[in-house]
Amino acid sequence: MSHPVAPATGSGRIRTPLPFPTAAKPAVADTQLRANLHRATRTIRAKRARVVDEVPDWEALRDAGSAIKADVQRRLPELLEQFEASATAAGATVHWARDAAEACRIVVALTRAAGADEVVKVKSMATQEIELNEALEAAGIAAYETDLAELIVQLGEDTPSHILVPAIHYNRAQIREIFQRRMSDAPADLSDEPAALAEAARVHLRRRFLSARVAVSGANFAVADTGTLVVVESEGNGRMCLTLPETLISVVGVEKLLPTFTDLEVFLQLLPRSSTGERMNPYTSMWTGVTPGDGPQDVHVVLVDNGRSAVLADPVGRPALSCIRCSACLNVCPVYERAGGHAYGSVYPGPIGAILSPQLTGVADNASLPYASTLCGACYDVCPVKINIPEILVHLRQQAPHPPAERATMRVLSWVMRSPRRWAVALRLARAGAGPLGAYRERRTGARTLRRLPWPASAWTRSRDLPLPAPQTFREWWGKQ
Amino acid sequence: MRIALFITCVNDLAFPATGIAVTRILRRLGHTVDFPADQTCCGQMHANTGYRAEAMPMVRNYVDVFDSYDAIVVPSGSCTAMIRDQYPRLHPPATSVAARTYELSELLVDVLGVTDVGAEFPETVTYHPTCHGLRMLRLGDRPLTLLRQVRGIKLVELGDAEECCGFGGTFALKNPDVSTAMLTDKCARVRDTGARVLAAADNSCLAHIGGGLDRHRSGVRAVHYAEILAETGATS
Repeated sequence: MSHPVAPATGSGRIRTPLPFPTAAKPAVADTQLRANLHRATRTIRAKRARVVDEVPDWEALRDAGSAIKADVQRRLPELLEQFEASATAAGATVHWARDAAEACRIVVALTRAAGADEVVKVKSMATQEIELNEALEAAGIAAYETDLAELIVQLGEDTPSHILVPAIHYNRAQIREIFQRRMSDAPADLSDEPAALAEAARVHLRRRFLSARVAVSGANFAVADTGTLVVVESEGNGRMCLTLPETLISVVGVEKLLPTFTDLEVFLQLLPRSSTGERMNPYTSMWTGVTPGDGPQDVHVVLVDNGRSAVLADPVGRPALSCIRCSACLNVCPVYERAGGHAYGSVYPGPIGAILSPQLTGVADNASLPYASTLCGACYDVCPVKINIPEILVHLRQQAPHPPAERATMRVLSWVMRSPRRWAVALRLARAGAGPLGAYRERRTGARTLRRLPWPASAWTRSRDLPLPAPQTFREWWGKQ
Repeated sequence: MRIALFITCVNDLAFPATGIAVTRILRRLGHTVDFPADQTCCGQMHANTGYRAEAMPMVRNYVDVFDSYDAIVVPSGSCTAMIRDQYPRLHPPATSVAARTYELSELLVDVLGVTDVGAEFPETVTYHPTCHGLRMLRLGDRPLTLLRQVRGIKLVELGDAEECCGFGGTFALKNPDVSTAMLTDKCARVRDTGARVLAAADNSCLAHIGGGLDRHRSGVRAVHYAEILAETGATS
């Protein structure tokens, strides 16, 4: 009998090249970036709160969404096979990819087989995750992003900073500058009015839509009982890509499944309100295999694992696979608001990224991300599928490799605090040790606080005074009564 | 009713005034408070930083020390949240004592049915609802309900009150830049109110915000709201 093999971890753009605190440092210092993030997240946050408040059964919808996703996770293999059978019966071809490299190889081969040297793309996190654009470019195939924000990021040779608003870190003057520098057909007198910028992008993209023979999309949902794929978007670029080209290749994470078509009823209510703060998104496109004479006549679905089976194997961390990529948790997160998306390294930033990326890669490869949170819990409150992000963060912190000095300190503290006698002695020593210093500081500054301490305590005293032990501990006061 | 006080490690060492205040409030209301000397720490810092094994002895110690009491009062939202939310998962025998553990405002309002504790505090005060009290314990309006009954107090609203101050336990040390950026914004909102006193239900968050306010010589004093409820206007 063979031993069970732990599922493989994922690859692609889901690893932090730098530890989060290091990557966050320049972002926090960038006042323009801070201002852009502050304005954008607060605007979407307020919109979301308004439209969520309108829904009387919002909590019931969250419970339903959470329950459907938990059911999917319980019987994922069975549902995947059902999806494959339904999609195949409807005329699509289903491919399976274990990791990012395999998924990219499949898409490159399919594009070549279609005789194309360019593809138009619908905004998709899965293709960002597997670094498909880079793989296509290496194969001599040009990939054109058609979502406005993705286009801005692509032209700027940048990576997305937000799941829903990839160009959230730019203001309109910066976008105008990118268009003028990198978009060959941008008007010479382009202004930074949002309407003018959108029009320039529309004209630029129109030619691409009409000439492209292959489109690449992701999917927000994949319905097992009908084999249907669903894309939810706001600009109509997705609808163009999904209907005009002859070949459509959809790259879909295996966790995107829903058991039945009627389950969409729940998610098409939860998603737009949570993500864009809209009651209903402008475009919901659904395609089920091939319809003769209508839309793409060659449809491929690439089902990607890339670490998802490893996430599924952990019962505590598993709910991270329920994520519907609405980004409500990003918009409400005070850490994301200051650090921005790039600090998280992965294409999945913010609170969901802090639990998803380390699980996809293995925690050791993303060890700083579970600590990129104060555990304030705002993310859990807004999550439309009730992912208990703080609980999973703490769970992942158990698995993270701990710095030796921190581990030693924690062990000593635990040894002292597990014994009431040792703890009482430690309190007395700490109070006595700080006594003269505290009295001195109190005379000098009127408060028993320290202003400058050497490393590692400097991490605290760089921005805040540190309180010193009181002249008498509480238990000393109690004992004297 | 046998009420015990769990003072929390941070309060015992650096903020004993909070425990003294809780004792005074409860005695003034006619209750006897016990302080079991064998208590140490709830283990939250260890558990939340990823040291569950190292937290477990403290979890077990809490159960041993407090299991015989009808109610345990904790003047800290985050320590109460640790005990109520995490203990039952970490150590199932803790379930019962966890359910009898209350943050101060829960004990006063829900268990003892009191909203006016007979306090007087003629100052302008703004209140910061700390994250664990707000989102894990769902303290809601309880601390403010108590503060509103204080004679002479002028309560002013804090902007972006429900946003985290950036303390987050070891987060403040592991991510000092982001923590400082959040602290700077929180201190600015506090100063915007014009209040002379900032109150909250957690001395750790208050040490962080108060430390930031002191650094910028704002003249705003950060205190646990128990200390306001303990004041009677009489010179002590």
